[in-house]
Amino acid sequence: MSTHETAAHETVFAGAVLAKLEALYPKYPDKRSLLLPALWMIQEARGWISDGSVAEVAETLGLTSAYVRGVVTFYTMYHTHPVGRHFIQVCTTSPCGICGAEDVARALVKETGCGDLGATSPDGRFTVIEVECLGACGFPTPILIDDDFIENVTVDRVPAILARYI
Amino acid sequence: MGYPHPIHPKETPVLSKHFGEVEARPYAGWVERGGYVALKKALTMAPDDITSEVKASGLRGRGGAGFPTGLKWSFMPKEDGKPHYLCCNADESEPGTFKDREILRWTPHALIEGCAIAQLAIRAETCYIYIRGEFTEPYHILQRAVDEAYANGVLGANAFGSGRRIDIVVHRGAGAYICGEETAMMNSIEGRRGNPRIKPPFPAVAGLFGKPTTINNVETLAAVPAIINQGAAWYAKLSLSSPKSTGTKLISVCGHVQRPGTYEITMGLPMKELIYDLCGGMRPGRTLKAVIPGGSSVPIMTPEEVENCPTDYEGIVANGSMLGSGGMIVMDDTTDIVHVAMRLAKFYAHESCAQCTNCREGTAWTARILERMLAGEGKESDLGLLLDLAENMTGKTICVLSDSCAAPVVSGIQKFRPDFDRHLNVERPLKTAGV
Amino acid sequence: MSDELVSVTIDGLPLQVPEGTMIIEAAKQAGVLVPHYCYHPSLPSPAVCRMCLVEVEKAPKLMPSCVTAVAEGQVVHINSPAAKSARQGVLEFLLINHPLDCPICDQAGECELQDFVFQEGRSGSRYDDYPKRYAPVEDFGTDVLYVPNRCILCTRCVRFMEDVAQDGVLEVYQRGDRSYIGMEPAHKLEHPWSGNVVDLCPVGSLISKDFLHRARAWDLDKTASVCPGCTQGCNMTVDTRDSTVVRLRPRPNLDVNRHFMCDAGRADYRWMNRGDRVEAPLHQDGGKLHACDWDTALDEMAALIRASDGSVVLLASGRAPCEALGWTMRLAGNNVRAAAIKVPIGPEAPIGAIPNLALRAERAPNLDGARMLGVSTDWLAAINAVKGAELVIVLDAELDDADIAALSGATHLIHFATAVEPRLAHADFVVPIATMAEEQGVFVNRDNRAQRFLPAKSAPGMARSAWWVASQVWRRGGEGRRAPGTASEAFGSLAPFDGLTYRDLGLGGRVVATSPAGAAR
Repeated sequence: MSTHETAAHETVFAGAVLAKLEALYPKYPDKRSLLLPALWMIQEARGWISDGSVAEVAETLGLTSAYVRGVVTFYTMYHTHPVGRHFIQVCTTSPCGICGAEDVARALVKETGCGDLGATSPDGRFTVIEVECLGACGFPTPILIDDDFIENVTVDRVPAILARYI
Repeated sequence: MGYPHPIHPKETPVLSKHFGEVEARPYAGWVERGGYVALKKALTMAPDDITSEVKASGLRGRGGAGFPTGLKWSFMPKEDGKPHYLCCNADESEPGTFKDREILRWTPHALIEGCAIAQLAIRAETCYIYIRGEFTEPYHILQRAVDEAYANGVLGANAFGSGRRIDIVVHRGAGAYICGEETAMMNSIEGRRGNPRIKPPFPAVAGLFGKPTTINNVETLAAVPAIINQGAAWYAKLSLSSPKSTGTKLISVCGHVQRPGTYEITMGLPMKELIYDLCGGMRPGRTLKAVIPGGSSVPIMTPEEVENCPTDYEGIVANGSMLGSGGMIVMDDTTDIVHVAMRLAKFYAHESCAQCTNCREGTAWTARILERMLAGEGKESDLGLLLDLAENMTGKTICVLSDSCAAPVVSGIQKFRPDFDRHLNVERPLKTAGV
Repeated sequence: MSDELVSVTIDGLPLQVPEGTMIIEAAKQAGVLVPHYCYHPSLPSPAVCRMCLVEVEKAPKLMPSCVTAVAEGQVVHINSPAAKSARQGVLEFLLINHPLDCPICDQAGECELQDFVFQEGRSGSRYDDYPKRYAPVEDFGTDVLYVPNRCILCTRCVRFMEDVAQDGVLEVYQRGDRSYIGMEPAHKLEHPWSGNVVDLCPVGSLISKDFLHRARAWDLDKTASVCPGCTQGCNMTVDTRDSTVVRLRPRPNLDVNRHFMCDAGRADYRWMNRGDRVEAPLHQDGGKLHACDWDTALDEMAALIRASDGSVVLLASGRAPCEALGWTMRLAGNNVRAAAIKVPIGPEAPIGAIPNLALRAERAPNLDGARMLGVSTDWLAAINAVKGAELVIVLDAELDDADIAALSGATHLIHFATAVEPRLAHADFVVPIATMAEEQGVFVNRDNRAQRFLPAKSAPGMARSAWWVASQVWRRGGEGRRAPGTASEAFGSLAPFDGLTYRDLGLGGRVVATSPAGAAR
């Protein structure tokens, strides 16, 4: 789902994506409420939210860019810089933490070649981050690869799981 | 049922009966299982009668605070000419809690039906279901179910041909634990930073978009159809602890038990039975060390406190903690409570919204002290400092996030002092000596 | 807020305050300042700094006094051990990342963090062993520097820009202890009122480039004044160091400018310090202007006016206060052919959300005072009247080339001047007068509010207030005339202000009757 944006900003809210956004307008009494959905659409289309995207969302919804950036940086699932093709979030909060999640996180960093949490692998394939509580504490360790929720990940399952993401 | 395990004889499946059944997900499958009968009934009832029924059932908020649901609904104004809103809190993110997730992905129509009935009771045409961004699969399942409900005339301008409008909008969060706090959630739906608001005004007076609003948890709303169908008396009597704690409660158990999962128990079931019978007890060769019974924000319990504790609102309070969200973290004797406290403090530091000084700075500082303690660099004065910081983080802020950070630290130090002492008195001298 | 009064007790002092008053404001009436950072009376209250928590009897926990309204019978303790200990806790948290660079910080001496830490903070920090957060200084625009290290995230600046200026260029970015006040790289603080964020910042995080390292706060003398920039009449404080004006800041007046002042007004003070002043009375002697003493000048001017029973034209500055205008008009007597002030016009710049507060197009602080005193704003008509007039009095007006050309045809010319004007070397007299920064006086703003300003520095050399000079010349013009002895008397003896004294106006001003019948409008 993730792509790198390198060129100058191209409009996201046009054609089908704009229609999708506009279809949401009647569901809310004001346009500001469309901010989170609009940011999701940007991220779906571009993989991350660039300065140009911040400005575009602000313009589209009648907000200031600073306001939009304040919201984008509040919510940790919005990427403010490009990430790998596959974005891996591994839960290391206490319940998983007592069941070996930190080992899983280390294995993911090692196997992907990312080198460090938050970094992207040299081949651009993966980014791994630690995430706070994925809400699946009974299935340690849960990880989220892009939109795929994977439960009961253990260190020895890591290579096979990663092999599914090219 | 104790998803992902079969129903245990000591469970009382009401909400969880169809967990794990893929066939229960779609509209047709849900109707076959008795779905939407309650909504049809509710459409013939006066709004206040629905509220009265829920009040009589004794249903209390399942999100953590345990506030009586019917009473909450009754705070909503009547005939005030303003739009009203219902917000369904599906932002389940309290560490240790994963029960709403099962409702969302196995029985989404139970939630939709519960929302619709609640909307009738509080006179709200629109309900926003706020689902946390990380719940990718539940989000798609729920959205599909909502679409189906519209397609089948359950929702929309003319719900079941009643002439009543019932709208439900699924609103996706994007990674912020604090948005599970009801006023932060309203800000988030409005497209703002998820900062909790000052109360008053309370949501029933001026909530979402400044209009009267009720916020209910997923599990609370999902219990409503059964109450309308089978009556308040039936629901209340399900509990061993009636009348104070009524009905059933989903408890998600995680940590070092043999069978972690989401169990539905009658209120009042002894906690020990839950841990040892339903969940199969500790891993082989291990003994119970500690339990955090209601999501990470509540005090840690010792095995002695667990011993005679009934699993209900009052029983857990009497034994030194709180039922909270029903997310139970069970820890065996391999657990280092300092490590648990550190991970929790890091969690809260990461999730603090930044508004209140005490929380913004206190959570991060607490985490740093615990980290250095774990690294063998703690100081003699650190325990006193931690307790003092906890005091400055409790009851001082707009919401209770900083209180939640302080609670396990304080109870950890009070009840599991040897773990802290080991880091200070054994590991630190070793480290200092270069061993 | 209603008219109903409720009885409360604050730190042992019983008092009655209007229902709906917040405890923090009620406490001010009891003479107690509740320490606070995020609260500001002219901004919405987010109750986030948690500094103003107070103990309210029967409340389960400490209450934020900025958003907790008084209630009948309420008993509040601001200095109880619980409240003090909570504040000490907040101060310690705030100092985690706040650098102790007070010796090089412009805010030192007027810093609310420094003050409250000194007052009741811990003597040392327990946040040892960890480095403080660091981020470099940023240029936020026109006159504002941002020093992020010092920020305590009170968000006053964010709320001012968003809610008052309605130009939301500032926002809290990130969350938790990673948060900071952010602005988009493409943006600047360009709003004409944005300089207020510097005053609003309780610490030295937003500072003025203009004032940077100019003076230490404790070396400043502060004088209540009124901005001479436009007809709004924002109340201001003139900060001087050794008789040099170094800063203008807004002075609260809820009826005029609340707590604010525009950037144009704030920046326009250098003329108050100019060095090319007229320092002695000058009269013509042998075809050239020569210095003389006051008695000579006053006598000669009186003689000139007695001799010229023809018509008089008054050309005055738009900044001339009531006293100067009124007394030069009285000096001209019944022979006024034309009298006008010069009113520069500029773009209007409203603050945003506050009604009736703007930098006004008419850049003359005493426009309405002039009208009340029968002085018009038809400058061109007055200039045209110069030809054929017996005497022209120029009252420190800003003159362009056309004005100068017109004045070359004046029969007689008295120039009340603050600065040397070589183009009017033919004047019969050049009278050294004080600027508004050097004298007392009154401007009447656009809402007919008469507002006092006080002398912030001394006038150079022999310069005196224009009203004093005019009244002394007038006294010499007839038997039994008595000149006013004080500025207040000079003001109260003018018809529109009949008998009012400066004391009556106070420092918040007073609305005076609209222009009397017959006065030119």
